[in-house]
Amino acid sequence: MEYLIGIQGQDFVLVAADNIAANSIIQMKQDQDKMFKLSDKILLLCVGEAGDTVQFAEYIQKNIQLYKMRNGYELSPKAAANFTRKNLADYLRSRTPYHVNLLLAGFDETDGPGLYYMDHLSALAKAPFAAHGYGAYLTLSILDRYYRPGGIPRSPSRLFTIPLFYCPPSPLSRFILNLPSFTVRLIDTEGIHDLEKLMPVGAKLLAPAPSS
Amino acid sequence: MALQDVSGFQDTPIHTSLSSLSTSSSPPTRRPFPLSHGTTTLAFVFQGGVIAAADTRASCSGLVACPSAQKILPIHSHLLVTTSGSGADCMLWERILAREIRLYQLRHGRRLSITGSAKLLSHMLHPFKGTDVCVAATLCGWDVEELFYVCSDGTRLQGELFSVGSGSPYAYGVLDGEVRWSLNEEEAISLAREAVYRATHRDAYSGNCVDLFHITAQGYCRRDREDLREEYHRKRERKDAGSHATSLVLTLGVGKRRSVEREKIQRGGVKWHGVE
Repeated sequence: MEYLIGIQGQDFVLVAADNIAANSIIQMKQDQDKMFKLSDKILLLCVGEAGDTVQFAEYIQKNIQLYKMRNGYELSPKAAANFTRKNLADYLRSRTPYHVNLLLAGFDETDGPGLYYMDHLSALAKAPFAAHGYGAYLTLSILDRYYRPGGIPRSPSRLFTIPLFYCPPSPLSRFILNLPSFTVRLIDTEGIHDLEKLMPVGAKLLAPAPSS
Repeated sequence: MALQDVSGFQDTPIHTSLSSLSTSSSPPTRRPFPLSHGTTTLAFVFQGGVIAAADTRASCSGLVACPSAQKILPIHSHLLVTTSGSGADCMLWERILAREIRLYQLRHGRRLSITGSAKLLSHMLHPFKGTDVCVAATLCGWDVEELFYVCSDGTRLQGELFSVGSGSPYAYGVLDGEVRWSLNEEEAISLAREAVYRATHRDAYSGNCVDLFHITAQGYCRRDREDLREEYHRKRERKDAGSHATSLVLTLGVGKRRSVEREKIQRGGVKWHGVE
């Protein structure tokens, strides 16, 4: 039901996540942010079981910040990814494993952009593009077909037009569940940038929240 | 959830499948009876504050254990908690929450914010995840114009409109179309009452009366408990007045019969259908 996607470009990483927080058949919240900022240039995208996502992501977030406080410098994306994987693996064979699927996206001064795919069995893989959720079945093939490392344009509308809304029927419009909007962020050498929320044409949002 | 059972919706038992991987865990003991989370509670924010409403039926499988339970519990003058799930668990955890908030206030000299209270409750419930503790609470308060939904499975959500319980889909149906920031107090209260009424009308596990609370900067204000049976008859009357307007002869007869029936119900007597 939830969806995460990450695509690595030449000098940036582009990530998007859906915004639905659901409880069995009801959408309880339509503007949930599933990205957690680990440091100035690292984002953790987290989906999975209800409480585990926030608990685990906040635990990692606080530990990364603690490392910075203790040592005076930030962990690189690769180190952060391995730290996260180690925690997942340690809890996996305990009585309380965390059932979460993650994407870690970051920009390192020496290594450049990096996207790391992690799943609930604490597998870790550095990948040029990755996706989680049922939507991944629909979008990975498009990414396989069209991805070229050097040729990814920066503008998200064009970029996400390709995998998410390829000419009709667009892949996520095939999906039986409605995902009305996606938060999009871009990480490059200057840090994390919020981009415009993506709303596919024809997607329906509930009446906007009362406060205005 | 009752609706889940009826529609056959299966929630994937993630925790139980993963716990079979680890050698030290034993399979969870099966409860000898089904636990139902029958209730309708709702809360929403509008320009005049926060409205919280709930039904008053405490159900236990097919039995109405108590027709006048209280599902909205005040923690302090500016914080209410609506309960759903297991009644015993909710009662206990809300008392624990109230104690911890009071201790915080004594230690630090200021009241804990709603955001902090929600986080505190969520972290206190976390060790019990995967056990049978079932608490789904909505924290309604004044210091931020937002509600917090905290559930024993670990969910903690911020929002401006929540409805919880087996009757919640019916309540959402009414609320989603009509809740606006610009409602005035009477409109908001009657909307909340209508939403609970519609949910109790359809959901077997919700019913009896409705409790309505209104929170403003001055604190919370509790309205009298209202019997939803009265609401039902008011609506029947309105509907019949509309549909029988043109037929004079029938109107008189029907009107008389209905008012006699209602009298009998109010006196606690037996209701006869159509015969008088």
